[in-house]
Amino acid sequence: MTATLGLMLALAANKPVVVASKPFAESYLLAETFAQVLEDAGFEVDRRPGLGATEIAFGALRTGAIDVYPEYTGTGLLAILHEEAIPDPRASYRRVATEFARRWDVHWLAPLGFENTYAIAVRPETAERHGLRTLSDLGRASPQLTAGLTPDFIGRPDGLPALERTYGFRPRSVRSLLQSVKYAAIAAGTVDVIDGYSTDGLIARHGLVALEDDRGLFPPYEAAALVSARLVHELPAAVLALERLSGRLDVRTMRTLNRRIEVDGEDIRVVARDALRELGIVAARATPEEAPPGGGFLSYLWAHRAETARQLGRHLLLVAISLAAALVVAIPLGLALERWRPGAESAVRGTGVLQTIPSIALLAFMIPLLGIGVLPALVALFLYSLHPIVRNTYSGVRDAAPDAVASARALGMTDGQLLRYVRLPLAAPVIMAGVRTAAVINVGTATLAAFIGAGGLGDPIVAGLALSDARMILAGAIPAAGLAIVVDLGLGAVERAVRPAS
Amino acid sequence: MALHAGQDRVSALSAEGVTRRFGEVVALDEVTLGVEPGECVALVGESGSGKTTLLGCFNRLTVPQSGRVRVMGEDVAIADPVRLRRRVGYVQQDGGLLPHWTVERNAGLVPWLLGQPDARARAAAALELVGLPATKFGARHPSALSGGQRQRVAIARAIAAHPGVLLMDEPFGALDAITRFELQQAFAELRKRIGATVVLVTHDLREAFQLADRVAVVRAGRIEQLATPESLKRHPATPYVQRLLEAAGV
Repeated sequence: MTATLGLMLALAANKPVVVASKPFAESYLLAETFAQVLEDAGFEVDRRPGLGATEIAFGALRTGAIDVYPEYTGTGLLAILHEEAIPDPRASYRRVATEFARRWDVHWLAPLGFENTYAIAVRPETAERHGLRTLSDLGRASPQLTAGLTPDFIGRPDGLPALERTYGFRPRSVRSLLQSVKYAAIAAGTVDVIDGYSTDGLIARHGLVALEDDRGLFPPYEAAALVSARLVHELPAAVLALERLSGRLDVRTMRTLNRRIEVDGEDIRVVARDALRELGIVAARATPEEAPPGGGFLSYLWAHRAETARQLGRHLLLVAISLAAALVVAIPLGLALERWRPGAESAVRGTGVLQTIPSIALLAFMIPLLGIGVLPALVALFLYSLHPIVRNTYSGVRDAAPDAVASARALGMTDGQLLRYVRLPLAAPVIMAGVRTAAVINVGTATLAAFIGAGGLGDPIVAGLALSDARMILAGAIPAAGLAIVVDLGLGAVERAVRPAS
Repeated sequence: MALHAGQDRVSALSAEGVTRRFGEVVALDEVTLGVEPGECVALVGESGSGKTTLLGCFNRLTVPQSGRVRVMGEDVAIADPVRLRRRVGYVQQDGGLLPHWTVERNAGLVPWLLGQPDARARAAAALELVGLPATKFGARHPSALSGGQRQRVAIARAIAAHPGVLLMDEPFGALDAITRFELQQAFAELRKRIGATVVLVTHDLREAFQLADRVAVVRAGRIEQLATPESLKRHPATPYVQRLLEAAGV
């Protein structure tokens, strides 16, 4: 008994600290500094960067699937607690720290030392033509402008709705754009106004003008480490290690670091390590050589070949396991439906409805049940695979050579023999076509598994989008496309092989 | 000849007062029919007359709501349908061969189902009987055969296990005129050699006269007249049979 308890405690202590981030550059950077500080203190760290968005990252933390991720008090207040904004940053922090601990046993460590808030930016030409300097100016000119805003900003009460209420911001149209696409869109003139962060490096990189918040709509929010109950109660040393960062990262430091990542394209690990050394938080020691920044896509891919191979392997594993599970369920289900025609159409349609659930939403639903990582990703991919296989099994067996089936029955084949010797062999190519469709869809959908920390080729895609690094995006997208082609060709060959001779 | 020969104990096949409804539609209305051992009876009628439904009673593809059906003395209602069907040969209009099986395997289907060790030999013998030697045709797939050849294979499949009874549903209906004539000839020969009891469904009165010992004219779920071809020609029992004869030009 005591021995078992001791072993369990040892196992709990040995479980690595799971460090996560949301999918934008500053969050990646802060998470990496958390990870390095923890490693410096002797903890084993499991990195899960780029988790979907606030709901997914916070959901994962609350359910204990991750242990720490960087969050902003304003997001905690508005997007998680669904409360009104508080203008005073210290008051905001106190409010979220108290409420999170009370409601969920989730804890805000002391703030990191910089404030961040939304920055609304336009191109210099736009600013000049419409005489824009403040958000009040923007409100007046807005009917002639188009806006490209992150989905998060559009939905948050302190985002677009507040901008409209306070400044009368009613642009001609609003497009929902990802963080990474936004800057390309404004540079190309597709949109005129975007939302950014006051600390990010991209506003400067693209030479944009951040407009002054003359009515103080966007209160400054503090960034802090948000940590799980497990960390606080079981690993206080890890909390102590993380608190070494509290108050140490000021706005100037963050701008510099963000710029190195977003503008200069430097490796996040290197930037984080340099920062921790310069601040004297982590002692300098001999380190492995660094991959040089820059270089073309091919040299990037070559430099990251081991990582890419690992991601490809994980990706293939996600697809293969989910598909195998779907085969085991969907083929018998399709056959059962063929026997029970009255319910068949609605059941097939039911699996079709599963497919229409947006992947991110489905993944987010999974978190309270299954946490984050490989398991919920497998379940989601499994659910997406059902429809094509069920549908093709059902219709393939139903429509297989009806004359041959009728005559074989009339000559004394049992239902089981008909299925085994006639209907399944004749339906096999149709069933395989369904399997092939499901597999190719899964290769694509599995890239989204990165949003819930399941790894795979989505990791570089999500990170590349967050960091506006095209090489990184391609390092995930090209192998994924290649994998889809290979899977399609391979299963196409299987489809031909199972086609009965005739 | 007794019209109600079905009650006779020596009948190979018999239906007594058989009724089958599909919802409101009465497909078979108190039908009684007896087929003597070795006899060929043709069921002639228009589409929807009930002739195929009647045929199906003898291998339980049709389950009547009332009446009694016997096959070689056995009550079909209490027989195991799978075992019954393996003892009753069956040929349908489009052959219904298994497209993924070779000719030989198709022909040997019933012996194989019965677990007969000489299934291949039986298949070969049956193929020989229908004029398609297994050495030449056995390894082919149905798609490599002409329509007439496919129908010959379907007949070989139906007789390979030497069933006492052969049920045929428009077996030559989908063939061109020349092929149909050839197959009708071949079938007449074959029947002499195997001596099976046959029920043949056809809408072609000429075919019925050529192949059958007796012809049953089926109309609206009833047997309008059951007689030998000669007797039917001379004494049509109803105006409908008269019209049918005129239309067929016999």
